[in-house]
Amino acid sequence: MTDNKHDHHHHDHHEDHGSELSETQLRVRALETILTEKGYLDPAALDAIVETYETKVGPRNGAAVVAKAWSDSAFRQALLSDATRAVATLGHVSRVGDHLVAVENTPQRHNMIVCTLCSCYPWEVLGLPPVWYKSAPYRSRAVKDPRGVLADFGVELPKDTEIRVWDSTAETRFLVLPMRPAGTDGWSEQRLAGLVTRDSMIGTGLARNPSEVAQ
Amino acid sequence: MNGIHDMGGMEGFGKVVAEPNEPPFHERWEGRVLAMQRAMGYAGAWHIDHSRYAQETLPAEVYLSVSYYQRWQLAMEKNLLQRGYVTADELAAGHALHPARPLAAKLTLDVVKAGLTRSSFYRQQQAPARFKPGDRVRTRNINPATHTRLPRYARDKLGVVERLHGCHAYPDSVACDRGDDPQWLYTVVFDGPEIWGPDCDPTLKVSIEAFEPYLDPA
Repeated sequence: MTDNKHDHHHHDHHEDHGSELSETQLRVRALETILTEKGYLDPAALDAIVETYETKVGPRNGAAVVAKAWSDSAFRQALLSDATRAVATLGHVSRVGDHLVAVENTPQRHNMIVCTLCSCYPWEVLGLPPVWYKSAPYRSRAVKDPRGVLADFGVELPKDTEIRVWDSTAETRFLVLPMRPAGTDGWSEQRLAGLVTRDSMIGTGLARNPSEVAQ
Repeated sequence: MNGIHDMGGMEGFGKVVAEPNEPPFHERWEGRVLAMQRAMGYAGAWHIDHSRYAQETLPAEVYLSVSYYQRWQLAMEKNLLQRGYVTADELAAGHALHPARPLAAKLTLDVVKAGLTRSSFYRQQQAPARFKPGDRVRTRNINPATHTRLPRYARDKLGVVERLHGCHAYPDSVACDRGDDPQWLYTVVFDGPEIWGPDCDPTLKVSIEAFEPYLDPA
């Protein structure tokens, strides 16, 4: 701060930014205090929820589902007909609630998931959504210019591929089953899962090729 | 409501920018907001559509200028105040000053450890489903001043029913405290040009999840 003592503009800007952040922190802390004092909340339960999303639930859960579907055609069929039930059979992956729907990419059709109205996302298989998924640029453009959005992600698809955008306007949640990359015959599920990116399960990316991952 | 949250098809927000190796939370308070929201939902203080509606009714300039979890925080305060779980003087004081309003449940550590799953939104049907996969439908031109899950871009459009998802709680009613009002839920798919006109990429198809009251036969 001493360095900025005579730089009023910079100093003020810095101060404003800092106080804005701390105001939110204080406000959230105060709210937690009030709700705890009133007996509505158990702070230990809050800690456990935060820990769940920081360490236990993330895209690797979905990647295990995709790798299983690539390896086991009966599971793939079950996943596409009732994803909630199919994922529940993989007890070790994650617990999922109702209304999960898996949609399959093919050479003819590429699927992309968005929530234009808020931020609906399959938390239980992908973890919390990234900031871009919840942002105005993605929510506004995905339904009108999905090829432009794909270009922002460095993805270009053949001009005649159908692009199917699913707007998550209800409690159904969507998981994209990306296409299995070539050159992966005989790979274990664990090795296949390493090719499955979060974005490939949202539809803003493709699964990685074997050449893109370290052997 | 025709609010700023209903963004599908708008221009001017710029490119999609992804953050490499993004953490689940950027600030500690974000995790606390998410966890409080989960806990109050579990306790039955309000429904998810009340949270969405509270965000949608923030002033448009606030909605666009605050961060995602700040929006959650503001919406949560609104629901807490509106439903009498906290009072304005408590928020100002930063401490409880009045007796609690009873809640149906409390989220405990044991429950979280056992694994929290999403609640089911299936509800008992009130009448047979009006449509089946393959049916042509036209979405209604409705513009309610309250919460709806029919986006503006998909109103008065010709589509085809692709899937039937069963009977679900109806957000338009839940958000206005009119109860679950169960309705059939469908995936309805539209050709891109039906929505965006003849200049649209002909390979585009867009689907919405449409509750039966959003649809007419076509």
